Amino acid sequence: MKIAVCVKCVPDSSAQTRIDRETKRLDRSGEAALNPFDVNAVEEALRVREEVGETEVVVISLGPERALEPMRKALAMGADRLVLVADEAAAGSDLVATSRILAAVLERESPDLVLFGQQASDSDGAVLQAAVADRLQRPLISQVAELTREDGVVRGKRQTEYGYDVIEAPLPAVVAVSDAINEPRYPSLKGIMGAKSKPQETLSLGAIGVSLEEAGEAGSRTTVLALGEPPARGDTVKIEDDGSAPQKILEFLLEKKAI
Amino acid sequence: MKTLVFLEHHEGALQRDSLGVLSKAASLGGEVDAVLLGQGVEGLAAEAGKFGARHVHVMDDVLLAAPLPQPRVDALETLVRGGGFDTVLFAASVLSADVAAGLAARLDGGLNYDLTDLVVEDGELVGKRPALGDSVYVDAGWTSEPRLALVRSGTFEPSESGGSAEVVTFESRLQDFSLAAVMVEQAHEEAEGPSIEEADVIVAGGRGLGGPEGFAQVEELAKALGGAVAATRAVVDAGWYPYSAQVGQTGKTVSPKLYVAVGISGAIQHKVGMQSSALIVAINKDPNAPIFEYADFGVVGDLNEIVPKLTELVRQRRAA
Repeated sequence: MKIAVCVKCVPDSSAQTRIDRETKRLDRSGEAALNPFDVNAVEEALRVREEVGETEVVVISLGPERALEPMRKALAMGADRLVLVADEAAAGSDLVATSRILAAVLERESPDLVLFGQQASDSDGAVLQAAVADRLQRPLISQVAELTREDGVVRGKRQTEYGYDVIEAPLPAVVAVSDAINEPRYPSLKGIMGAKSKPQETLSLGAIGVSLEEAGEAGSRTTVLALGEPPARGDTVKIEDDGSAPQKILEFLLEKKAI
Repeated sequence: MKTLVFLEHHEGALQRDSLGVLSKAASLGGEVDAVLLGQGVEGLAAEAGKFGARHVHVMDDVLLAAPLPQPRVDALETLVRGGGFDTVLFAASVLSADVAAGLAARLDGGLNYDLTDLVVEDGELVGKRPALGDSVYVDAGWTSEPRLALVRSGTFEPSESGGSAEVVTFESRLQDFSLAAVMVEQAHEEAEGPSIEEADVIVAGGRGLGGPEGFAQVEELAKALGGAVAATRAVVDAGWYPYSAQVGQTGKTVSPKLYVAVGISGAIQHKVGMQSSALIVAINKDPNAPIFEYADFGVVGDLNEIVPKLTELVRQRRAA
C-alpha cells in the first residue's frame, strides 16, 4: 500500500505571526513548523502502516525550499520520504492553484490513500482536501475522527453539526483527519538521526507538468485587496494568577452582577 | 450580479445560517436565486422566497439523500454553468465547506472562506475575513467569475422580506467517483444530556482539563453558579463528555449571561458557538491562547488551583 500525506509548513505557534503589508501575504520569514493538524495525519498514516505492513508513507508539500527542515519531523516520526514542490512561481497560490499543484504531484505518486490534516493553523481553511479530491476524481471523507479499513475500503467516523456520521469509500480515496483522531508520537532520537538520510525530493512546477500561468498569483482566482484593523473589542482584562485569581474572578462576577 | 445561494437543510427544515446568507445576498442587490438539493425537499423550497430568493432551483433525487458533498458539486456545476451565475454563496458547515471547495476546483473559481461580512464596494463584491486569530481584517476579492464564498457560521441573521419564490426543478448527471463514498450511518447522537441552550450560566471545559476526570471540577463550579456544563469538540471527540453538551461550529450555539471557559484555547470553531455570550471569563495556562483575545476577564494560571477555590468562594457567597 502507498499513503501520501499532504502537509503545510506554518509559522511556529510561539512566533508572532504577521502579514507583510507590501505583498499582503503572510510573512513566512520566521521559524517554521509542521502544521500541528498535519502531524495527526502523519501519525494516522504510520498507524495504518503498522497494521497493514508493506506500506510506503510519502509526505508531500508545496512551499519554499526551507520547508524541508520542518517536514523532516515527519521523517523522524517514521515516514519514508519527502516530496516538496519548491518553485518561486508558486508563491501566493490560492485554493484553486494550490489544489492544482498538489493534484499534479499526487497523480505522479498515485497513492492508494491521500491523507490531509483537518486544516492549516495559519489560515483555518479546511478546504484544500475537497478541492484536491475533486481534481483527482476520488471519493472524499473529511473531518474523520476514527478511521478503519478493510478489503480496499476505508470507513471514517466524523462529527457534523447534527451528530456523528459514518462514511465508507473505496480506495483510492482522500481522507482528512480531525485532530481528535490520535495522539501523535514524539520522534525518537534514532528517528531524528535517521531522518536526514531518507529520500527528500525537491521539484519545480515544470517537473510535475504545471505551467507558470496555472500557479502562484497568475493561477489564483482570489486576491487580497486591503488589510485593516479588526473592529475594536470591548475592554478585556487579562491577569496572571498569583493566588488571588479566584477572589478577583468573584469580584468581577459580583461587579457585573453575574452572581 | 447573478447570485446563487446554497441552502442546507436537516430533518425537514432549512438551515438558519444559509437563510441568513440568502437574506444578506438579497440585501446586496442583483438577481438572487437559491438551490436546494436532497430527497423529498421540494416542499421546503418555497419557504426560501420569504428570505429573498426569486427562484429556488431544486434537484430532488434519491442519490442526494445523504448529505455528502461530491454529488452536490456535480449538481451545482450543472446549475452554475447552465444558469450563468457569477456568484455562489455558502454558509460554512462541515458539508458546505467540502461542496464549496470541490466546486471551486471544478469551475476554476476563486473561493474566499471564513468571511464575516460581504459588501459591494465600487460595484465589486468584497469579502471581509478576519485572519491570524482575528487580529487582522483582510478585504478579500476575486479576480474572475464565478466568485465563490463561504461565510463563517452565525454571521448573518435571516430576515424575512415577504417575497415569494418560483420553484424550478432541474436534473444533473452525477459522476461515478462522486457516488463512490456512501453514508452508512448518519447523525446518530451518542448520548443524551441536559440542554445547554437555555442556560443563563455555562461553565465549559476543554482539553486543558487533562482528562475526563477533570470535568468533575467543572461540574462543581457549574452547580455552584447554578449553570450548565458544556464542552469543546476536542474533548467530546475524545470521549470525555457527551456530544449534546458541545459548543462550537459543529455543536450548539449558545449565548448565556455568563460563559466560563476552563482549559479552552478558544479556536475559531469554538468561538463561533459562544461569542455572543454577555460575559466571558477564561482560565487557561497558555498566555497566548486565542480565548484571551475575546474574554472579558482572562486568568493565566493553573485551573486545578483556581477552579476549586473559585467554586468554594461562589458557594460561600451564595450561602451568605
